[in-house]
Amino acid sequence: MADPVDPILSVSDLTVSFRSDGRWREVVHGVSFDVGPRETVALVGESGSGKSVSALSILRLLPRDASRIGGRVRFAGRELLAAPEAEMRRVRGDAIAMIFQEPMTSLNPVLTIGFQIAEALIRHRGLSRSAAEAEALRLLDKVRIPAARSRLHEYPHRFSGGMRQRVMIAMALACRPKLLIADEPTTALDVTIQAQILDLIKSLQDEEGMSVLFITHDMGVVAEIADRTVVMYRGRAVEAGPTARIFEAPVEPYTRSLLAAVPRLGTMAGRARPMRFPVVDRTTGLAAPTPETPDTVQAAERPVLEVRDLTTRFDIRSGLLGRVTGRVHAVEGVSFSIAAGETLALVGESGCGKSTTGRAILRLVEPLSGSVLLDGEDIIGLDPKALRARRQRMQMIFQDPFASLDPRMSVGAAVAEPLLINRLAAPREARRRAEDLLARVGLGPETAGRFPHEFSGGQRQRICIARALALNPRLIVADEAVSALDVSVKAQVVNLMLDLQAELGLAYLFISHDMAVVERVSHRVAVMYLGEIVEIGPRAAVFGDPQHPYTRKLLAAVPVPDPARRGERHALPDDEIRSPIRAPDYVPPERLYREVSPGHVVQDRGAGWTGSAAGEAAA
Amino acid sequence: MAGSTLASPSDEAPALARPPASPGRETWRRFRRHRLALASVGVLALLVGGVVFGGFLWPVAIDDIDFAAQLQGPSWDHPFGTDDLGQDLLARMIYGGRISLAVGFAAMAVASLIGVLVGALAGMSRRLLDPVLMWLTDLFLSLPQLPLLLLVIYLFRDSLKAVFGSQGGVFLMIVAVIGGLRWMPVARLVRAQFLSLREKEFVEAARSQGATAAHLVRRHILPNALGPVIVAASIEVSAAIIAESTLSFLGLGFPPDIPTWGRLLFDAKDHLDVAPHWALFPGGAIFLTVLSINFIGDGLRDALDPRRVL
Amino acid sequence: MGAYILRRLLIAIPSLLGISLILFTVLALAPGDPFGELASNPNVPPEVRAALRVKFGLDDPIFTRYLHWLTAMLQGDWGFSFASRVNVAALILQRLPTTLFVVGSSQVLALLIAVPVGLTAARRPYSLADQVANTLAFVGFSLPTFFTGLLFILLFSIKLGWLPFVYQADLPGTGLPWIWANVRQAIMPVAVLGFFQAASYTRYVRASALDVARLDYVTTARAKGLTEGTVTRRHIARNALIPVVTLVALQIPAVFGGAIVTEQIFRIPGIGSLLIDAMLANDTPVVMAVTFVFAGLVILFNLVADLLYGWLDPRIALR
Repeated sequence: MADPVDPILSVSDLTVSFRSDGRWREVVHGVSFDVGPRETVALVGESGSGKSVSALSILRLLPRDASRIGGRVRFAGRELLAAPEAEMRRVRGDAIAMIFQEPMTSLNPVLTIGFQIAEALIRHRGLSRSAAEAEALRLLDKVRIPAARSRLHEYPHRFSGGMRQRVMIAMALACRPKLLIADEPTTALDVTIQAQILDLIKSLQDEEGMSVLFITHDMGVVAEIADRTVVMYRGRAVEAGPTARIFEAPVEPYTRSLLAAVPRLGTMAGRARPMRFPVVDRTTGLAAPTPETPDTVQAAERPVLEVRDLTTRFDIRSGLLGRVTGRVHAVEGVSFSIAAGETLALVGESGCGKSTTGRAILRLVEPLSGSVLLDGEDIIGLDPKALRARRQRMQMIFQDPFASLDPRMSVGAAVAEPLLINRLAAPREARRRAEDLLARVGLGPETAGRFPHEFSGGQRQRICIARALALNPRLIVADEAVSALDVSVKAQVVNLMLDLQAELGLAYLFISHDMAVVERVSHRVAVMYLGEIVEIGPRAAVFGDPQHPYTRKLLAAVPVPDPARRGERHALPDDEIRSPIRAPDYVPPERLYREVSPGHVVQDRGAGWTGSAAGEAAA
Repeated sequence: MAGSTLASPSDEAPALARPPASPGRETWRRFRRHRLALASVGVLALLVGGVVFGGFLWPVAIDDIDFAAQLQGPSWDHPFGTDDLGQDLLARMIYGGRISLAVGFAAMAVASLIGVLVGALAGMSRRLLDPVLMWLTDLFLSLPQLPLLLLVIYLFRDSLKAVFGSQGGVFLMIVAVIGGLRWMPVARLVRAQFLSLREKEFVEAARSQGATAAHLVRRHILPNALGPVIVAASIEVSAAIIAESTLSFLGLGFPPDIPTWGRLLFDAKDHLDVAPHWALFPGGAIFLTVLSINFIGDGLRDALDPRRVL
Repeated sequence: MGAYILRRLLIAIPSLLGISLILFTVLALAPGDPFGELASNPNVPPEVRAALRVKFGLDDPIFTRYLHWLTAMLQGDWGFSFASRVNVAALILQRLPTTLFVVGSSQVLALLIAVPVGLTAARRPYSLADQVANTLAFVGFSLPTFFTGLLFILLFSIKLGWLPFVYQADLPGTGLPWIWANVRQAIMPVAVLGFFQAASYTRYVRASALDVARLDYVTTARAKGLTEGTVTRRHIARNALIPVVTLVALQIPAVFGGAIVTEQIFRIPGIGSLLIDAMLANDTPVVMAVTFVFAGLVILFNLVADLLYGWLDPRIALR
């Protein structure tokens, strides 16, 4: 484990500056850490902590003209920062290899994957092209790509995100590197795929005996994989040590506040209501008491929202005449209801139809069939004018706070806009109300004249919440509303949402892929898979006693931010997430549901369900 | 990712020390950094000022024939020299420049108007209109423009002249034809912008708040789509000036009594050996105008492009 | 890929029909009816005039006239030139190779300049070399071809006397001197057209290469330890050229426009100067036929660009 003698990589006093607007700005200030042989070290931090920049500067991959690197990077007895560029090139891809965050964009679209893997072998081992491609085939088998031989000469666009990341790993392993730098390699992947890739990296590390420098923002992943952890904050390594020690007894206030904000799956057992995140002061490291959330659910009243058999499909047209050659069954027969003051979470992986469900409820996409009852009134089939009036009672918050605000409109104007559109207030009155709303989400009235680009991500999401509140809605559809935010910011926004629910009796449809956050905020949970709800029920029941195999798989895949529980997860099969695209003549089968306990309903699919492609085909 | 991973302040601590920066002010700040573009604004202002007010400073008739002063080089009497009829070239260039620049700006206005209209219609329609309009746009893009311009002028010149008079008729026709054959890039741009903007979350948000389609286009989509359109429109001006000069240079644009810069070159090209100044001054004027407009367009592109990092 | 080629071919047909419809509409709307003028031109002998009236079906409904006109055009049945009394098709066929030679060589020259210069400039954005290349490119496409042409003649023919400024398609002689004479007279027109296109292509290549250079797979390629040259050639160039092909295809009509101007300046006997001469001589059948040929050429080269695009981008066959 943590072996102080002879580290393979030793970074000391690393500084990195970037030039912007003609000025040099230092973003990494004297970071030092070691990576021992066969050791996994995690560099963890929020966005802007300088973790990725530090990783890239080890291989000197930052743009040469716009960046400056200082300090020392010793690798296997060589000083990398002083090495001439030609020598550096001999190190890259040979002794040190790197994989990146975005598997969808990290492969060259016009070259076959076989050739891209072979490239490093040709370069560093001097193999012929055919010998290198034979070796590439072996590597593809090693990273468990099915039917590797036939896929060797395919182009990247035929591979899914998870498969591309496997190709990236095969490429990185080509020359048997001593050190693998993995820069957020699982961040862009779904949670089940993330679990597979983490397992793969771990087992390959054991086989090859290499060291891994793992850059991530996810404390769960850190706990899962790292022997030692370096916590970074604003360009500095604030705390370093064995992973278990960091999690058990964090010393620095920042580490404490970070860990306090990390949602942990399973900590909500025995609680019925959502819970705020504890607030830890970043400078003192002291925790403020966490107030209990009141019971907000108005179960006796008629639900705010009742969705029955909602179905949304998209045609796929191709060919010269634009014939329908397939159909995306995005949402298939989805039914649920939400009471006032209640949070229903809709969880699932990419492509499961959870976002489409949210958008179909607001009729931002037109559903094919089904009914959406808002306070008992069906809004499907309303004419545009009537629909606009009903939409005032349900609002939406989106995932990307950067794209959610018109860059050309001051935030005061943005928050006031819904009032003006619906003629609910005169301009002067709307401005005053906008300032009130901004104050309510924790932003001062002086911010009203500012423009979106002057705010951070968390602040923008607050502005979006203020805008959604302007119309006094009964229901807010939050589509991955906190997913893009850093963990501590995420905790604050979640707390804000819970406070607003308590104050205003809001109902939330909380759409998310993040099981740990969902456990924290929701009263009830619906799990979606391939456009259908496979399990729905009270949060405690679904998380405590998952019935559907897919729910179990999803929960098992979530990395737990607790090194003591490492390895509890059982291995997941190496399959891909299935696509909801079907032939145009496909008729979805009748579904049967059974009630396990009061309100906890599971789709019944017989014993044959495995969640894998093979199992599906057989079903 | 990788190369552009610049640290950004993630904290909730407001980074609001600076005074509010509206998008317009930001754009101007970025535009000023493009020194060639800034200088070009000055050059273009001089040229425009020159042709608009030059007539007052240099009150010489453009058709004063003086056979005693044929094909003279630059002198104090004739700063830009004279042509084969002894007419003063400076006066002719001031007069013709007005027409050349007016054609450029008017044709740009026509092209932008049609382009924005077609692009916006295509970008907002979700059904049949979009493919039809785009097919039409692509069709127009693959038209051989210069031959077609020439053909239209060849066929319609005489009858237009009869209706609107020699100068007005030719002017209207050239503006209409150049504008009518150059709207396609703008239309494509506007459509692409509309297609991406109408799926943006802030537009969805406004929709879910009850905004009508007209409100979305007016308040959110069009203002955000205009950046690239302004860039394209500025380039359109220079393209239209070149198109007009080309027509006149081929002898099929303005008649000899309207000495646009292209027409002056057409008349000068047979006297290159004895009177090179005759070609150099109008040619240089076209070049300088087009160059400065292109640099301004480039500066606008830098200023309006949010992707630029350095 | 086969299906892709077929699809592009099928798409070209409506384009050709559309263009022909636009041409016909322009002709039909034109005052004084060029068809009628054709048939009532005093230079035409009475028996030819009568034949023409029947051929063009001047009294038929407009759609029938369009179909007649189109079939005649497609069959190469383009009538006789008023000015030279020659079959128009023969006239164009005789002139076409010269135009294609000048346009083709100028495009090759333009790409030979633009691709390396654009890629080099993009390697070090905002460096001195980049700024020089960029400024030159701006100057290049701000100089209209008719002005560069005159400047070249002024400098190389009149002042220096190095190159001839009148192009002759049928130079006498054989062997090396004949080839040299041909090259010498082609230098100026090809350079004028080539430089102009090279300037805008350089901008396209540079912008596109800059876009590609910041993509993740380029960092991946560097992380493999490849040399900068290999990264540029293998990973940047090919991807950067994909959008350039589209932009170059959009320039094709402008290229032929430029050819008309250069042919006029250097008196090259191609179809561009044929068009201008015919217009100045009111030779309507030639004007119509040449415009139609230009339209056909544009569609043809667009098709070539599409095929090139499909060859460069493996994703395209799916669409």
